[in-house]
Amino acid sequence: MKTPTTAFPLNAWYAAAYDVEVRHALLPRTICNQKVVLFRRTDGHVAALEDACWHRLMPLSLGRLEGDELVCGYHGLVYNSQGRCTHMPSQETLNPSACVRSFPVVEKHRFVWIWPGDPARADPALVPDMHWNDDPAWAGDGKMIRVNCDYRLVVDNLMDLTHETFVHGSSIGNREVAEAPFVATHGDRSATVTRWMESIDAPPFWGNQIRHARGYTGKVDRWQIIRFEGPCTVNIDVGVAEAGSGAVPSGSNPGDRSKGVNGYVLNTITPETDKTCLYFWAFARNYCLGEQRLTHELREGVSGIFREDEIVLEAQQKAIDEHPDHQFYNLNIDAGSMWARRLIDRMIEKERPARAAIPIHPVEEKQAA
Amino acid sequence: MKSDLQWMQAQVVALREVTPTVREFTLRPDTDFVAAHEPGAHLQVQVMTEQGRVQTRSYSLVGEGDGSCWRIAVKRLDDGRGGSRAMWRLAEGDRLQVSAPQNHFPLDLAAPGYLLVAGGIGITPLVLMAQRLGALARRRGVPVAMLYGARHAGEFGYLDTLRDALGEAGVQAHEGAAPIDFDAAIAALPPGGQLYTCGPVPMLEAVKRAWAAAGRPLADLRFETFGSSGRLATQAFTVRIPRHDLSITVPADCTLLDALDAAGVQTLSDCKRGECGLCAMDVLAVDGEVDHRDVFLSPHEKQATTRICACVSRAVGTLTLDSAYRPDR
Repeated sequence: MKTPTTAFPLNAWYAAAYDVEVRHALLPRTICNQKVVLFRRTDGHVAALEDACWHRLMPLSLGRLEGDELVCGYHGLVYNSQGRCTHMPSQETLNPSACVRSFPVVEKHRFVWIWPGDPARADPALVPDMHWNDDPAWAGDGKMIRVNCDYRLVVDNLMDLTHETFVHGSSIGNREVAEAPFVATHGDRSATVTRWMESIDAPPFWGNQIRHARGYTGKVDRWQIIRFEGPCTVNIDVGVAEAGSGAVPSGSNPGDRSKGVNGYVLNTITPETDKTCLYFWAFARNYCLGEQRLTHELREGVSGIFREDEIVLEAQQKAIDEHPDHQFYNLNIDAGSMWARRLIDRMIEKERPARAAIPIHPVEEKQAA
Repeated sequence: MKSDLQWMQAQVVALREVTPTVREFTLRPDTDFVAAHEPGAHLQVQVMTEQGRVQTRSYSLVGEGDGSCWRIAVKRLDDGRGGSRAMWRLAEGDRLQVSAPQNHFPLDLAAPGYLLVAGGIGITPLVLMAQRLGALARRRGVPVAMLYGARHAGEFGYLDTLRDALGEAGVQAHEGAAPIDFDAAIAALPPGGQLYTCGPVPMLEAVKRAWAAAGRPLADLRFETFGSSGRLATQAFTVRIPRHDLSITVPADCTLLDALDAAGVQTLSDCKRGECGLCAMDVLAVDGEVDHRDVFLSPHEKQATTRICACVSRAVGTLTLDSAYRPDR
């Protein structure tokens, strides 16, 4: 497959903000190279408009809200939350063309999702499933970080957790992650990497969790089931259970995790530009649900872990820019990220016009003419 | 928001008579592929008038694209400025300059209901809107209705396409000059519903009045007009400009703006569709009648006739105008 030159499909839902970020105030964001201004209306719904006034391109995010209408901070053109101009200075009528683009918005699983492509295709059912982020059976929280790298480098990072051993050695990494075998599979929209590490010493983070939740200190069976859903969502089912307690699926046994602790690392990475992204994540757990202190400590702990990733990813992007003639060498461990990138490329390919821009005429035809 | 025009060569690959006075043109640009266009989009084309002048005209794109061609439909206006007659002189295989599609009349898919109102050739941008909204109605049950008026039964173009899109009951065809009952159709539209209309200025004004009378928000009434028709028949008229000691005739095939330019009176203009108001000039006296074809001036401004939008509006008789020129002191 040829490498598409654009880095992301437009016909997809992208997380634009965490729910708590969007208030009754103007929030500028860049999503897939498009300037967007978000605000929460008085009825609680979120509006997303193109962040440039129809008149002279002044960023609307530098204007102000009046109720549910946005007033441009330059000449006072007023737009409603659908992007239609409702007031123009010094004239009694409204120019019929006056509007800015409005983007379809869905708020789900604590994220505000916007669809930068064809609005007719914006089906809310296509929002990636990240329900653990607001499911009462799970507790957790997360953050957004802006990373100076191509969003696909973050996807690569999450699809191959071998790096935990080397980047996160003091918390979740251990020798087994880098050495245990894994299975990479794919569907039409998703790719999955499954890795089981049986009867091992728990890495520091998980050792603490299972001791805190279950008072257990022995060997564990550890799992990492990484599921990518195009173009940029990676939900990772992680945890440890008492070794030999039946957590490992085998034959018709789907796995009994009742003697274990389970978490989900939820990640969705929105391309901001070709070389920057907004990385939204959360960590949700199914144990000690009432412990707000644990929620706080886990969020801050994971924040620290992701800072370690951030350093690697930004250094990698810089190195890519410094070696424009180099391509990646892919190894066995990259199978998950390669399936993910293939699914992303397919989504991009689908958005291309069916016919080639430059027709190729057979030589015979030319001679005949 | 405006964007730069990209001009390209295209070829007329097919002609079809939609009605006795409306001809459809299938245009294939030399790029050999065309990106999908959105409902409400139009092309600009360069036409050569009988006088040998190259002029630019805008025509709405009709229906879904096929990836390689654009379709436009042109009503032959014998009393027009010559653009339609120039288009009608084109034969299959002829070439012309066209712009990439632009859209000043975008369709918002988030409304809880829609009313489409077309008058005559104003149907062209609404064909694709009906198709897209018909699909939306089937998918999400959003109510969509259409009123389509034409002078004669033979002047309904694309009626089968519209009925395919919206169903038999979804399209109400009104024949003749009798006024259409916009009030009832607007009353049937759910709150927050949107009305999209394209047609002659008198129809547009009737729709606007009904919309305002129903207490609907102005921003939910979407319309497009190219100012090519008015209340009065297009004919030559006289313009006096005392400040420049000039008296000129504006021929039937020329805009007031172009006639002023030709006479050396400096003017400002931008949209050339009667929308932006930059070309509005002070009217000092009217001996006859002004035919306002713009959408910039409000109804009472039009009635007062103290200003005229020179890009589209015309008159019958003699107009006395003032320019913005004031000698340097």
